[in-house]
Amino acid sequence: MELAKIEKLVVKYENAETTLEEEAILSAYFLSGNVATHLEEYQRMFQYFQESKDETYGKSMVFKTQKRKKYGWLSMVASIVLLFGVYIGFSKQDPIISTSEMGVVEKFQFEQTKEALILLSRYLNKGNQAFDQLYAYETLLVGLVK
Amino acid sequence: MNQSDFLEVVLPFKDKVFRLAKRLLVSKEEAEDATQELLFKLWRNKERLTEYRSAEAFAMTMTKNYCYDRLKSKQASNLTLVHSNYQEKDTSLDKKVEYKDTVNLVHQLIEKLPQQQKLIIQLRDIEEYEFDEICKLMDMKPNAVRVALSRARKTIRQKLIKQHKYGVG
Repeated sequence: MELAKIEKLVVKYENAETTLEEEAILSAYFLSGNVATHLEEYQRMFQYFQESKDETYGKSMVFKTQKRKKYGWLSMVASIVLLFGVYIGFSKQDPIISTSEMGVVEKFQFEQTKEALILLSRYLNKGNQAFDQLYAYETLLVGLVK
Repeated sequence: MNQSDFLEVVLPFKDKVFRLAKRLLVSKEEAEDATQELLFKLWRNKERLTEYRSAEAFAMTMTKNYCYDRLKSKQASNLTLVHSNYQEKDTSLDKKVEYKDTVNLVHQLIEKLPQQQKLIIQLRDIEEYEFDEICKLMDMKPNAVRVALSRARKTIRQKLIKQHKYGVG
């Protein structure tokens, strides 16, 4: 490629009037290594452009398919089933009635249960008292040992 | 559209997306993140991808807009970008100096250009797009693109000459 033509192209290039084909000619000339000294700067530019073209995106490209959506649908069903289970469980329980609505037998049973529970709590409290004594004894003992 | 179809569409221009992102965002890591993000965006819109006349032009426009947004939010949060992370870590000192002479300097000069010129240089001189493609991508008139490109090329050359003569960039 004669220098005169290259120089013409260079002027066009600076004015951004070159076509892609003409720029390819320029690029080939400047990358050939045999460049006139007054055009050295272009050589650098085109070398840089050439190197930049080779840069690649190295990371892998893996894309998830729509599996996630299936699971989302499943979890919704599961939550509905759970809700139903809880609802049915509650509705099967006997309703709570107040003392005024009780029959004679029920009232008797209620009183007996109450008595039994009071008895139980009394004995439990007795046991607790014994514990209190034990603790008092222990603190005394620790004090003595020290 | 399944994964292999999608990759077939995306593969020809994924490097271009990456390079464009890197040109604007400067750091390699940022550019990689951006590329990944953009590819995911495309993947999510993959059904619509075939509707566009050119998936590549669509992707490049998206990249441009995405990077502009990133830069804006970066400025808002007061983080500045530095080009010091451009240099490769494992090259020897000799090689580095040599590299600096030819490549790094041009790289830095392009970096100093206004954003628009930077982008047009990238699209034209590196990715070799036609002018009408650049016009669409940049949303600019052909004349404006030519003026910006011419200005960018001239600036780079002038600075290279200056650097060559006086040893300052």
